[in-house]
Amino acid sequence: MNDSVYDSLAESSDPRWAFGTGFADDVAAEITAPVPDGVDPADLAAYCLMLGDDALILQHRLSEWVANAPELEEEVALANIALDLLGQARVLLARAGHLTGGVDGGSARSTAGDDRLAYFRDQAEFRNVALVEQSDDLDFARCVARLLLFATWRLAMLQRLAGFADPVVAAVAAKGVKEVAYHRDYAVRWTLRLGDGTAESHRRMQAALDWAWTYLEELFGTSDVERRLGVDPAETRAEVAGILDQVLTRATLTRPDTRPSGTVGGRGGRQGLHTEALGHVLDVLQGLARRHEGATW
Amino acid sequence: MVREALARVVDPELPMLTLDDLGVIRSVEETPEGVTVTITPTYSGCPALQVMRDDIRAALAGYGTVEVRTVLSPAWSTDWISEAGRRKLAEAGIAPPGSAPRGPIPLLLTTPRVRCPRCGEPVTEELSRFGPTACTALRRCPACREPFEHMKEI
Repeated sequence: MNDSVYDSLAESSDPRWAFGTGFADDVAAEITAPVPDGVDPADLAAYCLMLGDDALILQHRLSEWVANAPELEEEVALANIALDLLGQARVLLARAGHLTGGVDGGSARSTAGDDRLAYFRDQAEFRNVALVEQSDDLDFARCVARLLLFATWRLAMLQRLAGFADPVVAAVAAKGVKEVAYHRDYAVRWTLRLGDGTAESHRRMQAALDWAWTYLEELFGTSDVERRLGVDPAETRAEVAGILDQVLTRATLTRPDTRPSGTVGGRGGRQGLHTEALGHVLDVLQGLARRHEGATW
Repeated sequence: MVREALARVVDPELPMLTLDDLGVIRSVEETPEGVTVTITPTYSGCPALQVMRDDIRAALAGYGTVEVRTVLSPAWSTDWISEAGRRKLAEAGIAPPGSAPRGPIPLLLTTPRVRCPRCGEPVTEELSRFGPTACTALRRCPACREPFEHMKEI
């Protein structure tokens, strides 16, 4: 039975681009759906990048745990969470690529929009928040704390976006709600276990939370693009705070009182202003693809 | 005929299930040129999707041009797994999913109750929320001591 899996790969005469998917198929039929009335295509593309880049960059940071996690089960869990986020990112970036037009339509093997945007954009063109680009330095408590904040916020955001005018964003949101619910759940359970564990695990979980919390405020900032599209992340603030308070109380952790970081004068990742950490991510994420553009295997 | 050929295509990661059992085939249209099959992914990043597309094309070779479309909406739910599919999962030692959650997602601080597919013990423990594939969790039965997979409700 399992032979067929490999047969279908081996028998394919279609060479695959080594650093992307190289799939001939569209990521999803919805990608080419018309832009809804009253929505500016440029704004919609920019918003797809915000949601897509958050997922793309965090999945990269989560993938760093593969071969480094404390236990095999956690490695599998983090890789699965990363895979869900990568799937969300692919659709959102493909939609953004479709909306902004095929740049490399002249080449024989044109690179799909999602690959082009993932591998060949410079740092200032990324629209993710600072929270997802930071290195957790392979500190498991930091990995958990960051995921707790991000998944709690993203779940609240996706629940609202399931009714958004654009069919692609709405579809990714409706599907993403199911996935991110498990991501939040994973982070919650580890936060409880470490926070309400030993004195040492409590100390490290609290320190990790203090670290991640400095990047939380940026998630509730409303960019001009979001304002024009009528999606306001600030609306999630009360819901996110309520859930985090519940978790922290149960985990015997203290809500951090740290100064927000990651933005300058109200500008941050949504405007393309990033911390040094993103450069390190992109170096690893894009290095091979840029050095060997179009290579196939 | 097309339906019969398609009914033999199985899920690459859960080969005891056909794609029909899994509920990922949304429509089959026969056109003058061939066949258009519309499928929906189980998870956004499901790596089995490409293999499913290739397997569908292989199974329908001889029916003209085969187009496999992927649609995201409406989002796939484990509620779409057929009764036969649930039975086959249990027979293969995988606990079938319960009802998928609807509406606002509550903050769960406990794990769901899952019956052991091997010995029927009603209360089992969760080892990991994420199993060998995106769609399963890993559990252990305290009665028969066997580890088993549970297909997560989504």
